[in-house]
Order: sequence, then structure tokens, then C-alpha cells
Amino acid sequence: MNNAVEATGLGVRYRRSWALRDCSLAVPAGRVVALVGPNGAGKTTLLHAVVGLLSPDQGRLTTSGEVAFMAQDKPLYGDFRVAEMLRFGRRLNPSWDGEIATERLATLGIPLKRKVSTLSGGEQAQVALVMALAKRPELLVLDEPLANLDPLARHDVMRALMTSVAERGLTVLISSHVVADLEDTCDWIVVLNRGRVQVSGDIESLRTEHLMLTGPVELADRLDATVIGASYTDRQATLLVRSAGTLDPRWIARQVTLDELVMGYLRSPEAAALPAPVVVQA
Amino acid sequence: MLPVIEFHLNKASGVSTYLQLVHQVKHALRLGMLVPGDQLPTAREVVERLAINPNTVHKAYRELEREGLAMGRPGMGTFVQRSIGGAALVDHARLRSGLAAWVLEGRKAGLDQEDLNAIFSSVVVESFREETA
Repeated sequence: MNNAVEATGLGVRYRRSWALRDCSLAVPAGRVVALVGPNGAGKTTLLHAVVGLLSPDQGRLTTSGEVAFMAQDKPLYGDFRVAEMLRFGRRLNPSWDGEIATERLATLGIPLKRKVSTLSGGEQAQVALVMALAKRPELLVLDEPLANLDPLARHDVMRALMTSVAERGLTVLISSHVVADLEDTCDWIVVLNRGRVQVSGDIESLRTEHLMLTGPVELADRLDATVIGASYTDRQATLLVRSAGTLDPRWIARQVTLDELVMGYLRSPEAAALPAPVVVQA
Repeated sequence: MLPVIEFHLNKASGVSTYLQLVHQVKHALRLGMLVPGDQLPTAREVVERLAINPNTVHKAYRELEREGLAMGRPGMGTFVQRSIGGAALVDHARLRSGLAAWVLEGRKAGLDQEDLNAIFSSVVVESFREETA
């Protein structure tokens, strides 16, 4: 399987500070990728580099096939009617699929005659998504697509997005600072922290590799596992660990949620869970 | 045509999404709502309703295939292969009486309800972890 995105030693500098530093990652094609991290971690910068809106100061970045981008501020023109947005899209994109676009808008019940500014936030997000999908991308990049949407609109946007993944098998890269929004939809996660890639991997493998342990504090010293995060009292230790071997039965072990996993890494910026470099055969 | 069953999700259950789908198919099989030859909802139908990753649906269906309950026909869909018969209920009764004996033994050893629950759930968790490891 090919990689949809490959970055090696990527660095992006704004004036004198690095927005991204030494970022390496590979995302297999066909994945739905969550890009998470606190505000200011460099998520938007990384997305802009992926879609070619900025060129990196260091390193290399490759994507395969047509790339479509849905920016954070849903780049629609308020004075345009929906039909005019579609005409605009057709003129800018040689691979434009107008039939899919009008079909989707009809299914969503969004009239082509309506001015974009009179649509609800959810409808505007749907129009922006239709515009992005009509480019028939192999890689669809969305910057905080759910921000400012009510729960029903969030669900509707995700339904539309997942349906196109099921139909076309495209790769999707979605940024968000709310992990819970992406839990059911994404199967790969990239955690970005202070401009560096801290975690990149298959969500299910990461969740089976990690455990949350609670037990007597004296057991913590002779633990056969990589400790990612820890909190201690005089007597008790609570540890987020990776690749635990045989555990002392006094530990209480449980699976971690995706949210706990991400929080654990963000609190320990020096820890990382990155796959060993893999040569992917085309 | 309407799909024969509709899936639903319980986000508070802590059970992974693919397993919830597997459990719901098995439940429908036990109750006779699904019978051999029925087509399961397509991945597209499921994700259009639940907004989940299509790979999650594929994974659930692979698990049902592995257990011999469903079969995928390329280009057509996934179909119910066999139903879950009454044998399962007989097993339930047998396992239940075995567990009752174990509980009694534990109480004689001085364990209370919480102790027993803790042992039971940690053994279940460990057993499944060994299986997936």
C-alpha cells in the first residue's frame, strides 16, 4: 500500500521561531487520520504544508494524487449563490465532478439558488465539503471542520464524510483540538505538540499497546514497561505505560481511552510513540 | 429496500464500536430477526447513519465471518451464513451453575461482593487480552 502523506525532517519557520521542527511521519493511503494537539502546536501549519499552501524551510514532504483542502474559515463567498460557487469550482478544477456536487446538495436539501450567507453554519460546512469532494481528491484535508457547529450538524458533516470514505476509499486528514469528536471516525492518529510529531500510528494498535496501571507505589521501580506518564501519592502510583511485560498481580490494569492516551503524551512532551521507519513497497 | 436491521451505538458502554456491531448481529440472530441468507447492511449504509469509520464495519463483518456466522460475497455484500441455535442457552445454564459454585467458594473464603466482582472482571479482561495479544 502506498503512503498518502510522507514527511521527513519537516521544518517550517515563521521569522525566527519554528512552527514545525523535525517532523517525520507516514500515513498509509485509505486511512482517516486525526491530527490533534493543543492550540498553537502547529496543526494548521502542517496542514498548509501538506496541501502546498506553504513550502517547508527544511525537510521533504510528498503527497500522492489530487489533494483537496477545506480551510478552517470555510472559504465560501457569502454573496455567491450555491450554484455560483459550483460554477467557480468547475472553472478552477479540471477534474471537477459537477454531477456529484449537485446530487449531494439535493440529498442534503440545500437549494442551489440560496445565497451562501443565508445558509446555517452546518449547511455552509456541507457546501464547503461538497466543493472539496467534487475535486475528486485522493487526499482530503480538513482544518477543524467541526468547529462552531452544533452537535447535529457535526454528526451530519461526519456522516457525509464517512459515506464518501466508504464510497471512494479516499484518505482523510482532519485536525481538531477535541479528541472526542474524532474517536469513532478516525483510525490513525497524529499528535502534534510544540511543533513536533509526538505520536503517529494506528489507533487500535496504540490502544492495545498502552495500559493505565494503578497500584502500590513501591512496584513502580521494578516495572517491565515504558512509562509515558505518572502520578504518585505516598503509597499509590498511577501510570500510563506502553508495551508492558508480565505484570505484578497487585497492579490494576485497564485499557486507555483515546483521550487519555493523547493527554498522557501531551503532558510528557519528551515521550514519543512513533513507528520505526518503514520502507513501504509500492 | 430497507436493511433488515439497523445498528445503534452506546458511547457510554466502553465497548469498542466494532464489538457493539458484532454483538448486535448476534443478538438479532438469537432472536431470529436475522436468518441465513439475509444481507447485512452495507458499510456505506451503516456509516451514513452512524458517522463511523467504514473500516470499523468491515472489521465487525470480518469477525462475524471468522466465527462462521456471515460470509462476504465480493461485489454483492455480506450475508448471514448460519443462525445461533438453542445450544448457546444450554451452555449458559451450565456455565452459570459452575460460576455459582465458584462464588459460593469465594464467599466461604471470606470474599465479599466487590472482591468477587473485581476478580471476575480482571480474569475476563486478562483472558481476552491474551487472545488479542
